[in-house]
Amino acid sequence: MLEINNLTARIGDTEILRGLSLSVKAGEVHAIMGPNGSGKSTLAQVIAGHQDYVVTGGTATFNGKNLLDLEPEERAREGVFLGFQYPVEIPGVNNAYLLKAAVNARRQHQGLGEIDAFEFLKLAREKMAMLGMDTKFLNRGVNEGFSGGEKKRNEILQMAMLEPKLAILDETDSGLDIDALKAVAEGVNSLRKPDRAIVLVTHYQRLLDYISPDFVHVLSEGRIIRSGDRTLALELEEKGYDWLREAANG
Amino acid sequence: MSAENLESMVNRRYAHGFITDIATESLPPGLNEDIVRAISLRKNEPEFMLEWRLQAYRQWLEMKEPTWAHVHYPPIRFNEISYYAAPKSDKDRPKSLDEVDPKLLETYEKLGIPLHERARLAGVAVDAVFDSVSVATTFKGKLADAGVIFCSFSEAVREHPELVRKYLGSVVPRRDNFYAALNSAVFSDGSFVYIPKGVRCPMELSTYFRINAANTGQFERTLIIADEGSHVSYLEGCTAPMRDENQLHAAVVELVALEGAEIKYSTVQNWYPGDENGVGGIYNFVTKRGDCRGANSKISWTQVETGSAITWKYPSCLLRGENSVGEFYSVAVANNRQQADTGTKMIHIGANTRSTIVSKGISAGKAQNAYRGLVKVMPQAHGARNHTQCDSLLIGKDCGAHTFPYMEIKNPSAKIEHEATTSKISADQLFYCRQRGIAEEDAVNMIVNGFCKEVFKQLPMEFAVEAQALLNVSLEGAVG
Ligand SMILES: Nc1ncnc2c1ncn2[C@@H]1O[C@H](COP(=O)(O)OP(=O)(O)O)[C@@H](O)[C@H]1O
Ligand SMILES: [Mg+2]
Repeated sequence: MLEINNLTARIGDTEILRGLSLSVKAGEVHAIMGPNGSGKSTLAQVIAGHQDYVVTGGTATFNGKNLLDLEPEERAREGVFLGFQYPVEIPGVNNAYLLKAAVNARRQHQGLGEIDAFEFLKLAREKMAMLGMDTKFLNRGVNEGFSGGEKKRNEILQMAMLEPKLAILDETDSGLDIDALKAVAEGVNSLRKPDRAIVLVTHYQRLLDYISPDFVHVLSEGRIIRSGDRTLALELEEKGYDWLREAANG
Repeated sequence: MSAENLESMVNRRYAHGFITDIATESLPPGLNEDIVRAISLRKNEPEFMLEWRLQAYRQWLEMKEPTWAHVHYPPIRFNEISYYAAPKSDKDRPKSLDEVDPKLLETYEKLGIPLHERARLAGVAVDAVFDSVSVATTFKGKLADAGVIFCSFSEAVREHPELVRKYLGSVVPRRDNFYAALNSAVFSDGSFVYIPKGVRCPMELSTYFRINAANTGQFERTLIIADEGSHVSYLEGCTAPMRDENQLHAAVVELVALEGAEIKYSTVQNWYPGDENGVGGIYNFVTKRGDCRGANSKISWTQVETGSAITWKYPSCLLRGENSVGEFYSVAVANNRQQADTGTKMIHIGANTRSTIVSKGISAGKAQNAYRGLVKVMPQAHGARNHTQCDSLLIGKDCGAHTFPYMEIKNPSAKIEHEATTSKISADQLFYCRQRGIAEEDAVNMIVNGFCKEVFKQLPMEFAVEAQALLNVSLEGAVG
């Protein structure tokens, strides 16, 4: 589904991704871990097409299409979803309105008509109940004055409504209390389907207690230095990252 | 132009006998007493009206053009303007929509203007237009049954001289300001409304008529009188882009609300702003004022303004009656090289008068948008209250927003609140929306409409929809 090969990218003059390769297939859940500043968010933003990041080499394809050729909105409509580490506030724009516009943009791309207003509300209420979100959040400004945890839940709500093929969740677990963490995990697990892939960016193993990944990768200085299965995460928790870095450099 | 130049013009006699073909010919450029007389004569006005115009003209001669607005433009040559244009003859107009500038038609399309209105807006010869006269006639009947007078200003001067005489200039005196004086001397036409005591006007005025009223010329004059306990909602303008050979527009609007009466005045305006470099745009210098003359009366201004190369406009309320209420809700958009200097004045005179100001300024491109507001509380206005909310939204980095709130508070019991915010549409907000599959332009529209929501919801429903479409079209290409 997602094939990344030897990708290099910079922001400003700083090279951040330095030859990163990653292969994600439908039905899989990958966890990307690594110390602060190792380039996890950069990878997520590059996949989503953020204009500040310049890809300087390598390839990235999504279901055979050259991802790097597509505008951010085209990537989204193809089914790439990014749950942001820091969701932005858009005061004045109704949360439900944005959500509906997003759902309709995707539907239009799939050749479907606009979603019926009643159907939309029903669906949104259902997902919100699952995430333990009060429906009053529908009528607030997008993320406007939301707490950290509320913003993260809102990201998951959007994901649940959009039903992406590939969901990249950038530190969706950070700043969540245990109840919120469980709710988010439930939201993610409910999306686990054979035709869908999920990439979890995190630097705690905590989230992985609730969402069990098929693969774990360790990112350091813009490269994946180790890949393994679920046990790698446990090992990391025990030993930290340094032993891996030493191993990689030595 | 200087007073000396004008004076020499006044004293000059025209060599050509322009009086001869009075009904059909435009008047030569320039302004003097003969021109004022000629305008009045062509309109078959009673003597009092001519006198009124002449006095305004003499007062205008003594006044100076204001220079304090936050706008810049080359000097206007008042002696090169023609103050009376004969109605265009049908043979000068396009015969059908096929002859109309395709760009203009494209804009109509985007704005969702109904097909049968497009021809009329584009100035297609009347007999070729699918006419809505019969609809207009039905409406007129309904209004007449309610006792409402709604007609062109020229007609009112002839048919209802006593009302015109009583109220004209009673809110905006002739010598109120330079442009008001000019308008008073040479006003072309406009609308007149009178709502009798206790009558709730049975419909929004102007939905059907606003198109007919589109050709009232550069010096429009409007007078609305709501008698005791009456209620009226008036819609001015049109979302279609208005092109005009006349660069200078100086309208005057006067509203009078007597005891317990309510006037809601909504404007959606889209004057041609000129090209990207501001060439050819309209200069729009307007005096709009409402007088809450009676106790418990209310006047509410709502405006959505885009267009004009230069806008200079401050719809105001004189809150004379006890417990009277003034409101001002405004969205002003300036794009490319437009300059807007708008705002309001709330003058609290009566006790327990209240006012609300909500101003939303949007700047894009290289535009400058200024809010200028005055809240004045007179010594006798015990318990006066004002709330002002003044928000600016910047799109791009070359535009500017300026706010100039003035307050003159002469009664210590007054409660005045002022809030101001400036925000930008950030790259991160746009990226967020795009990541959700929403195109950049749609994202901008969404944010802009969200920003303007408070004002839009004051507009009558169909107007609000049009206003939203208008904003989207005005800001096309503002980002990216
Ligand atoms: N806008 C920026 N300008 C310059 N450097 C940046 C910018 N954003 C991120 N970086 C740098 O890029 C590196 C990787 O950051 P990031 O991808 O956010 O790491 P992670 O998500 O793994 O913590 C860090 O050293 C960070 O300081
Ligand atoms: Mg990060």
